[in-house]
Amino acid sequence: MTTKQPTPTTATKPKLAVFKFASCDGCQLSLLDAEDELLAVAGIVDIAYFLEATSRIKDGPYDITLVEGSITTPHDEQRIQEVRRKSKYLITIGACATAGGIQALRNWADIEDFTQAVYASPQYISTLATSTAIADHVAVDFELRGCPINQFQLIEVLKSLLAGRKPRTKTHSVCMDCKQRGNVCITVATGEPCLGPITQSGCGAICPTYNRGCYGCFGPATQTHAQSLTDHLVREGAAPAQLVQLLRNFNSAAAPFLEQSNRIQDAMNQEGDNRV
Amino acid sequence: MTQLEACTRLLDPWLAHTVRIVDITDEIADVATYHLEFVDPDIGKSFSFRAGQFNMLYLPGVGEAAISISSDPAQRGTLDHTVRIAGNVTGELARAGDGATFGLRGPFGSAWPIEEALGGDVVIVTGGIGLAPLRPAIYELLNRKDEFGELSLLYGARNPFGMLYTSEYDDWGRRGLSVTTTVDRASPGWDGNVGVVPQLLDRMPLSDPANTTVMCCGPEVMMWYTARSALGRGIPPERIWISLERNMNCAIGLCGHCQFGPTFVCKDGPVLRYDRVASLLRVEGF
Amino acid sequence: MNPETTETECVFFPKIELQSLITLLVGDGYHVVGPTIDQAAIVYDKITSVDQLPRGWTDQQEAAKYRLERRDDDALFGFVVGPHSWKKYLFPPLTTVASAQKTESGWQMQTPEPDTTKYAFLGVRACELAAIAIQDRVFTGGPYVDPVYKARRSNAFIIAVNCAQSASTCFCTSMNTGPKCSSGFDLALTELEDGFEVESGSDIGAAVLGRLTTQSLTAEHSTMAAAARQQAVDQQTKQLNTEGIRDLLLGNLDHPRWKDVGDICLGCTNCTMVCPTCFCSSVEEVSDLANENVERQRHWDSCFNLSYSSMSHGTTRNTIASRYRQWLTHKLGSWENQFGTSGCVGCGRCITWCPVGIDLTEEVAAIRGDAAPKPPGGAA
Repeated sequence: MTTKQPTPTTATKPKLAVFKFASCDGCQLSLLDAEDELLAVAGIVDIAYFLEATSRIKDGPYDITLVEGSITTPHDEQRIQEVRRKSKYLITIGACATAGGIQALRNWADIEDFTQAVYASPQYISTLATSTAIADHVAVDFELRGCPINQFQLIEVLKSLLAGRKPRTKTHSVCMDCKQRGNVCITVATGEPCLGPITQSGCGAICPTYNRGCYGCFGPATQTHAQSLTDHLVREGAAPAQLVQLLRNFNSAAAPFLEQSNRIQDAMNQEGDNRV
Repeated sequence: MTQLEACTRLLDPWLAHTVRIVDITDEIADVATYHLEFVDPDIGKSFSFRAGQFNMLYLPGVGEAAISISSDPAQRGTLDHTVRIAGNVTGELARAGDGATFGLRGPFGSAWPIEEALGGDVVIVTGGIGLAPLRPAIYELLNRKDEFGELSLLYGARNPFGMLYTSEYDDWGRRGLSVTTTVDRASPGWDGNVGVVPQLLDRMPLSDPANTTVMCCGPEVMMWYTARSALGRGIPPERIWISLERNMNCAIGLCGHCQFGPTFVCKDGPVLRYDRVASLLRVEGF
Repeated sequence: MNPETTETECVFFPKIELQSLITLLVGDGYHVVGPTIDQAAIVYDKITSVDQLPRGWTDQQEAAKYRLERRDDDALFGFVVGPHSWKKYLFPPLTTVASAQKTESGWQMQTPEPDTTKYAFLGVRACELAAIAIQDRVFTGGPYVDPVYKARRSNAFIIAVNCAQSASTCFCTSMNTGPKCSSGFDLALTELEDGFEVESGSDIGAAVLGRLTTQSLTAEHSTMAAAARQQAVDQQTKQLNTEGIRDLLLGNLDHPRWKDVGDICLGCTNCTMVCPTCFCSSVEEVSDLANENVERQRHWDSCFNLSYSSMSHGTTRNTIASRYRQWLTHKLGSWENQFGTSGCVGCGRCITWCPVGIDLTEEVAAIRGDAAPKPPGGAA
């Protein structure tokens, strides 16, 4: 609008915080990678807590909090409550925060076995048996999917919030992006399984563009029927174990993917079939 | 077709015209009326619309919203939109002040059946913000009062604070519009009707139902009950008109969003004859 | 660019002359687009040489399955239709329809100059001619004309190719759109072993043909061309009973089959993306960070998306079943009210490219109550 808005001063700028839980830091790096946009964002927000970018720390409360990572330790279980208390608007960023991440594969394993195998002194390891999404622990105001997140979506979300709007992120399937890029469907044309039809857009269909099936980085699409796709792929000759692997990736603990991988695994167990 | 409509059709239908906010009237909570003028005076001179039509209000960077025009079709130079904050576009509009500019495409869509109602009685039935798209019809009916029989407005709101344009009711009454209001919930000091608006239609005296036209705007369920009441009172189905709301993206029948069966609500509607859409109105999720 | 003309005399040109046609059109400033092999399928892309055509290849298609296979001859057009359709050129998947700039005196609005690129489409099948005719009505036949479509369409030169075969997913004979190309082209070819039978369908087509070296058509060529076209008819197995189909579908909005198919449908939008007539789109704002330069970008959208029918106070079609019903009742039913034709041309793309193989002809048969249609998704 033509109405001049005063340039916000630090005192009036919204305070932004970025907190990390169990994760690889890749999603925070997306924000740092945004460079020009990040500078612009830095001009309109007060970056109060962002250890990846600056060691300067300011206390809460924070207006906008980005949370990366999943909850995997008793300490994190406590800490996320504290973060929530200090945050006005809490956004989870990335597959770890929104669905437990790749580390949620531990949910199917024995954590004791893992700690024994990995650490020389496992008695010092304090960890939970599961990796869970932030929303399983505290109320989340907005989820930004992806492994990693799409930096343009992140900037759009921040821009929207700062402008007082509801963020717009796409919820359509990866297929729509594929088709608009002119990609030929690899499942239909070659038989290779692809999670694109049941996965939410966000990546721009990168994998199918390079001739490999989607493995669901942006998590399940809204209102999809994952079982219809997995049933079809099995009928067309996909190995059930291959589908379990496909579904158990970065969003393995997201409900529709979780239900399908468990269902297929159970059927395999009943039939004693473990071929890949 | 108005002159500008003809122009829009010939020229690029995606081209918005810049308008400026001349004044803002706060109406009720979250609702304001924006008085607009075209930055290009030539567009302003040629802009005319029919009661019931809408414009796409365009806030660059935010998007467009389909908003009915709520001023008098006979008014020249400025036009009014009464807008409720409902989404990003209307939210952004609410943050704009006097003198701010934005875009406008229009006018689009069908109009209230003023000509079809000539010589007969007219009952306007609406609730809440639904009065905004009917105000142009009220103005036109009153401007041409001699050409119609009895004119009535049946208006409902959740509570007495949810009523639009209350300062105009006396004037409308003097000029020949019988205004009856009702609220879902009374508040202290309210001594008027309590109940839903179709009940007013059930109870009102109708001298010539066969020649009475109903113009109705509100939630679909309210319009359905209103139509049922009207039919029960002997008003012919072809004289009952409603204004439908759907997701409108292009407003020119090209994007598909607003389809309601065979109807493109943007160009065949928003004002539609009830009997042409009645069978689809009650189909869940259609 | 291709108004119907009275039936013209067919001529013959040898295969080598097809390159002359391409070269001539390129020389006239056309971007020639034709079938070519890419990503394990026959797609449409820019070509300059006959060597880029899928010589000796064919496609095997069924529900949710498409495979390229070698032919035992050197046919250039020995296949049917693939995942692309010509709409990607006439109604591009992403295009800018307007822009806004913030200035000292407020917002300035603009619309772009129309894209005047001249396309020559080589290898347009009869069903695709029908699809283009349908989109002509959608984008240019109503009170408002889409400038993007109109500019591209009015410059297009269309070289149709008659199908000499049908896939198991083809049902153009049911939709009365093919397999023979009867109108809407500048030139129409029927491929023979040693050349093409050529028919011009417009003045501009006749003018182009006049600049090529042609021969008169022999009776033998004529017989072979007719036989090739008949083969496509004979091979067609899929059928859609269109009798009273609009009233059938719109009169069965509460049929339990919608829920059945809605449970199988993924809501992934593939059918609508590959459909050569689906025209749904959305316009979005793309702005710089300061929000001073804004582009309004139109992209293909789909009635299968949840957001497609969303309004600030709720979503009209909140289940996949309701969205599938919207698509099918529109495509085969209410399209007639809107545009005077069916929205389906029988190309079968939505069947082939549905990731779970939903076949609209089976859905219609089920609603019609015809004998034992396969349940959606097929028996496990």
